[in-house]
Amino acid sequence: MPTAHLRVWRGDDNGEYVEYDVDYEAGMVILDVVHRLQATQTGDLAVRWNCKAGKCGSCSAEINGKPRLQCMQRMEQYPEGETITIAPLKTFPIIRDLVTDVAWNYRKAETIPALKLAPADADGNRRMAQIDIDRGQEFRKCIECFICQDVCHVIRDHPENMDAFAGPRFFVRLAEIAMHPLDENAKRDTVDHGFGLDYCNITKCCTDVCPEGIHITDNAIIPLKERRVDEFHDPIRALARKLTGRG
Amino acid sequence: MAEYETHEYDVLVIGAGGAGLRAAIESAGMGLRTGVVCKSLLGKAHTVMAEGGIAAALGNIYPEDNWQVHFRDTMRGGKMLNNWRMAQLHAQEAPDRVRELEEWGSLFDRTDDGRILQRDFGGHRFARLAHVGDRTGLEMIRTLQQRLVALGVDVFPECTINRLVKDNDRIAGALGYWRQSGELVLFRAKAVVLATGGLGKIWSITSNSWEGTGDGHALAMYAGAEMIDMECVQFHPTGMVWPPSVSGLLITEGVRGDGGTLRNNTGERFMFRYIPAMFAAETADTEAEADAWYENHEGNRRTPDLLPRDEVARAITAEVRAGRGSPHGGVFLDIASRRDAAYIQRRLPSMYHQFMELAGVDITKESMEVGPTCHYAMGGVRVDAETAASNVPGLFAAGEVAGGMHGSNRLGGNSLSDLVVFGRRAGMGAGQYARGLESMPALDQAAVSDDARRVLAPFDGSGNENAYTLHKALQDLMQANVGIIRNEADMLAAVAGIGELRERAQHVGVQGGREYNPGWHLALDLEHMLTVAEDVTLAALERKESRGGHTREDFPGPSAEFGKVNVVGRRAPDGELTVTQEPLPEMPDELKRLFEGG
Repeated sequence: MPTAHLRVWRGDDNGEYVEYDVDYEAGMVILDVVHRLQATQTGDLAVRWNCKAGKCGSCSAEINGKPRLQCMQRMEQYPEGETITIAPLKTFPIIRDLVTDVAWNYRKAETIPALKLAPADADGNRRMAQIDIDRGQEFRKCIECFICQDVCHVIRDHPENMDAFAGPRFFVRLAEIAMHPLDENAKRDTVDHGFGLDYCNITKCCTDVCPEGIHITDNAIIPLKERRVDEFHDPIRALARKLTGRG
Repeated sequence: MAEYETHEYDVLVIGAGGAGLRAAIESAGMGLRTGVVCKSLLGKAHTVMAEGGIAAALGNIYPEDNWQVHFRDTMRGGKMLNNWRMAQLHAQEAPDRVRELEEWGSLFDRTDDGRILQRDFGGHRFARLAHVGDRTGLEMIRTLQQRLVALGVDVFPECTINRLVKDNDRIAGALGYWRQSGELVLFRAKAVVLATGGLGKIWSITSNSWEGTGDGHALAMYAGAEMIDMECVQFHPTGMVWPPSVSGLLITEGVRGDGGTLRNNTGERFMFRYIPAMFAAETADTEAEADAWYENHEGNRRTPDLLPRDEVARAITAEVRAGRGSPHGGVFLDIASRRDAAYIQRRLPSMYHQFMELAGVDITKESMEVGPTCHYAMGGVRVDAETAASNVPGLFAAGEVAGGMHGSNRLGGNSLSDLVVFGRRAGMGAGQYARGLESMPALDQAAVSDDARRVLAPFDGSGNENAYTLHKALQDLMQANVGIIRNEADMLAAVAGIGELRERAQHVGVQGGREYNPGWHLALDLEHMLTVAEDVTLAALERKESRGGHTREDFPGPSAEFGKVNVVGRRAPDGELTVTQEPLPEMPDELKRLFEGG
């Protein structure tokens, strides 16, 4: 049975790394090893998890500096004998050990408008072509692991932007609403509502880490930026808005 | 009495999976002050793990489908032990609940003419499951979560309820603790909806997440609620068996719905040898007919790969015991040789991902190894079909924690529909009850103080037992003795073993402090798991027959007498559990006629 050498963050923002050796078996993932550590050496080790199948997005952590789901990282990929460092997500305040306070994301979710769908057809059905919802379905694969939020340098390096900036997860959500074939929200509510889209300079860090493989930058952020330019920065439309006071 | 952080609601919902969210949406929509408490973050509940779809007789693929056919399939799948009225309401209301999800944002896969696509699943006569690839549960929970947020309902995430609080006989609220801070929190409420999900974590091979510790079942029992049919536990036929770290992880029935077939180690499609008499008339007995059925349900009978889950799980167990299993103790599930890679990746993206990432298996090229995994509790709190009310005034239950709807075996796809149909009804029932109370029920201060002391007891420094060790011991005990195939001697051993573990659990010690301490949380959950395990085992001893998910090798067939009764569990205030047999509700004649001819 091989032994994993772990460096695990313990404590809150003033905590420290503690080293542990944990035996593991073939096929195990990082989260299994963390659970074994918890069950055998340090029962109060705080780690958040639910499904252990990459579907709930609870167990996000920074493994050797890379934000990942602990449940989807097989031990085989780490060379035997090398120390594995497991740290909480850097962008959010640490509650304890590997658990961070992600409440900011839930506050942002409250600012996103709800869908307003056109009425159903007379027979009670709503008709949408599959091709028109393919993109929306891609966006709705999001498991809210908040790893994209964690790596986004707009807030990772500049927490002062957190008030004005909703982050990639919610740009995906806004794009989903904006592209819903039956949504009747005014475009300004989904595109120009002060979600901080302009802060993003499309470095694609979010896309690179998305465990669901959502093309966050290309399919959500860039189209939103284009719509924003089209709708609100077009000089002729801007003039029309000034003259009519509408829009 | 100590001071606790205290909140007051008309309706308090415990649990934020599909049933809890739908209940809260309903009662908030009635204008009632509503709070939702959940053990995890919002949107992480076990509902996200549901894969295949939500069953509803929309009739989009087969216009001849209707609620009567769905009702009949559900009752036959449950081996007629179901509460007929729940099964009827479920079949009648599921289509509206699916359309409502769509209105709130769900993007279900579409038919060619733009309506909601439906997929075949075990035990359903027609293609009936609305779905989003193989991540339907995620779609549902996100939709309900976003609706809840739009309504501005208060949510208490990472907050665990440890006891319900009563005012004499009726519900007065609940006491819990914040997982993050470890501080106690008291909820005063006119009505409480239990929507706490399942109890699969009392077995070692399970598809359930850490949350499935039977909290709601146990809280209801402590409060004096009646439980029914706790012996009926579903072992889903297809869990992963390798690698060990993922053993039990669910593989959707949609694999078989979309053309996958089960084979033993000789390559034989063995399900053709396990067609029970009850389903013989509608099940294909040749591979050619089974394969033709996928293309055309008219004139071809359904593949035995899609028999109800209890039948398939028993067949797999029998093949493995006969030495025809796969290298890691399961059987093979083959879709690679039957559908092209593009189809598999489009229809089953998360299965593809799950096997590739966790087992290093490409399911478009190789067979999966699968075996039964503890998946679902059919039994639970005995409720009124219309209102979801339990026998305890003010206490309601919906979803997996409630009993009756699924009888002795649940059909795939009927869980997600159960959540929204009875989540809504529980929200309405609790809301109407709360409206009928003029004032907040009184609190029994002494009982609250006792509960608070119990929650903090593991910190008193006297215990030296490890909660993780005891939990593992309980799981191994139940897996060995109260698993998919049962007998009296094993179960008596389990009862004795549970008693010993209960004694040891009195002496659990906890490392560290109260802030986000999983060892402490598990120590508290352990009491619930032991209570639930005991009820399951006593009920399983009482039902001396095999029916649905409950299989006794000492009573291998169904019995007419036991087919007429629920096994009802009650817990006395001193903790003693008793089980009794009580007659099933009588089905009216016009519904009985649906079953004429088998």
